[in-house]
Amino acid sequence: MIHLNAHHVWYLIAAAQWTVLLSLIAFAGGALVGLPVALMRVSPRPTLRIAAGGYIQLIQGTPLLILLFLTYFGLGILGYRLIPLVAAGLALTLYAAAFLGEIWRGCIEAVPRTQWEASDCLGLDRFQQYAYVVLPQAVRMAIPSTVGFMVQIVKNTSLASVVGFVELARAGQIVNNSTFEPFIIFCIVAAIYFAMCYPLSLASRFLERRANAGRASH
Amino acid sequence: MQAAPATSAVVVRVGSVVKEFGTLRVLDGVSLDVARGQTVAIIGRSGSGKSTLLRCIAGLETIQAGKIEICGHEVGRPGKTARAQLRRDVGMVFQGYNLFPHLTVERNITLALTLVKKQSRDAAQKKAAEVLRLVGLTEKISSYPEQLSGGQQQRVAIARSLALSPQVMLFDEVTSALDPELTAEVLAVMEDLATRGMTMITVTHEMGFARKVANQVVFMHRGKIWESGPTSELFAGPRTAEFKQFISSEL
Amino acid sequence: MLYKFDFSFLMEKWPAFLTGAWLTIQLTVLSIALGFIVGALCAVARVYGGHMLRLLVGGYVELIRNTPLLVQIFIVYFGLSSVGLKLSAEVSAVIALVVNMGAYTTEIMRAGIQSIHHTQLEAADCLGLTRVQTILHVVLLPAIERVYPALSSQFVLLMLASSITSQISAEELTAVANNVQSETYRSFEVYIIVAVIYLALSLLYRLAFKAIGLVLFVRRRRLGTAL
Repeated sequence: MIHLNAHHVWYLIAAAQWTVLLSLIAFAGGALVGLPVALMRVSPRPTLRIAAGGYIQLIQGTPLLILLFLTYFGLGILGYRLIPLVAAGLALTLYAAAFLGEIWRGCIEAVPRTQWEASDCLGLDRFQQYAYVVLPQAVRMAIPSTVGFMVQIVKNTSLASVVGFVELARAGQIVNNSTFEPFIIFCIVAAIYFAMCYPLSLASRFLERRANAGRASH
Repeated sequence: MQAAPATSAVVVRVGSVVKEFGTLRVLDGVSLDVARGQTVAIIGRSGSGKSTLLRCIAGLETIQAGKIEICGHEVGRPGKTARAQLRRDVGMVFQGYNLFPHLTVERNITLALTLVKKQSRDAAQKKAAEVLRLVGLTEKISSYPEQLSGGQQQRVAIARSLALSPQVMLFDEVTSALDPELTAEVLAVMEDLATRGMTMITVTHEMGFARKVANQVVFMHRGKIWESGPTSELFAGPRTAEFKQFISSEL
Repeated sequence: MLYKFDFSFLMEKWPAFLTGAWLTIQLTVLSIALGFIVGALCAVARVYGGHMLRLLVGGYVELIRNTPLLVQIFIVYFGLSSVGLKLSAEVSAVIALVVNMGAYTTEIMRAGIQSIHHTQLEAADCLGLTRVQTILHVVLLPAIERVYPALSSQFVLLMLASSITSQISAEELTAVANNVQSETYRSFEVYIIVAVIYLALSLLYRLAFKAIGLVLFVRRRRLGTAL
């Protein structure tokens, strides 16, 4: 039995890079898909609203783990080689898009009705209203909770281990299989996750406070 | 109609009380005696310290110097029994009524009776019905606070404190948050209480009420008692410029 | 490349899914109940407690909320057994879920408790209620009513998160899915079935919490207004 040493810890920290990569992919993908979802949710057309709403309900009512398995095996059905990173990235993208879509919908709806009316009176069309008046304000409101959701994404990448993707949690299991000191190993793993997530949590709270202060001064 | 004549027992004794919030001195050596059965009205501009004085008497604020005694017991003595004694002797009614919104009117009143006075459910409910009759709200016994008007809520608040049979009742600007047409019903209840011999200290802007019901009026200014004395004398002959100015501005 | 969906395994395997779902329900109902109690107590400590207590609870909450549930489960199951405390998968699952639920509940309940205006506490104090009596009768129920939607959502999230306990072989629904798919090789179909069952459970839980809310919050039931 090998004892836990610095090499193992270094291996864990190196695996954390993959956690970061997967998190960024999930966030980028989630944002790309999430914005249209949010826009569909506030669309005047009922078909779009219901479709987006159904998608969100589906994702929010299923465990992420099941989603991961579905994309993994689903991709296999479509004939693609079962690449863990792709499957995990896709599943997390679908997951993040649903939640970000909901968060951003809330922020779009929080922009006061009067802003719509004022820009409409100035002659802007719907696209211009969104692009120049509504979305900029919605984005500012969305930043604290979006940053807060990033914490969820980073934590959820740990599940990618079940489809074989070697990120931090999986690395912990691998190290454990050779040293059999699970308590220390997983505490170190937890500490590394904490080091990644806590700053994001703090940032989210800081941004929230600043946003509230700004609103109060109006 | 003036309140019942005072007996000689002093219920509330305030002696040279000093109260500071940080560096701000809100009460600057205040002394006051209230005899049993008396109704004392404390008047003055906002910032004069009148609400703070009331809260100190109720034990909601700590004082930096001086002494306050209720029925011979000193306010601010440490310990659970001392605190419980104070709560038994003093009833407080707030400007914002502070009824418990998730409880019915009856439960608002019986809560302290069952928890603090350890009365049985039946005894508490009987008492609740009795005090509600006194304030004229028997039919609202099963309602929730949000279903009542401001004046009705305030009367329930008075009933709630009354149910605990306190030695003295404190009223902190209890009509200031009410629409004018709702003020009368609350003042009527307070007048009735005074006639029945309750010892009362009320901070108020209602000059008519003060003149009619109070035995003694205390005018506060800048943390001090500027003038005080029997009601008719005080209003008939204001001695200081500040009090003269106050009276004329209130009319 | 046409995939032939084949759900025939259901004929034989449906009892297994039911058993798995039942264990999921048992695990999560227990964890929700205990987790809520832990969270409520910690929230009270956080708002009314002394400096040391507030720091401890704060630390607990931050630790749990910034680490993945999977790792927490590993620490409880594998970690504790390596230092001598050998627990079954189900017991470990409940412990990890309760600890996790407790942290999230603390934050939610803290917001609820802090929404109770201090004048309510003052009124209770003037009536002679002790601290404990005030918390029990004046603060807790309205606080819970205020944050009930957030609490319900969190409870449903916990039920979904319980799928992670399959990784330590707790025989709940996801573990059953893994077993069945390894036997039948109908992976996609199996996980679709299970996804549908989870969706049904989510709906069931949401309805149950709504019903509980109606029973608990008498005033709301009678008047229909928000607190």
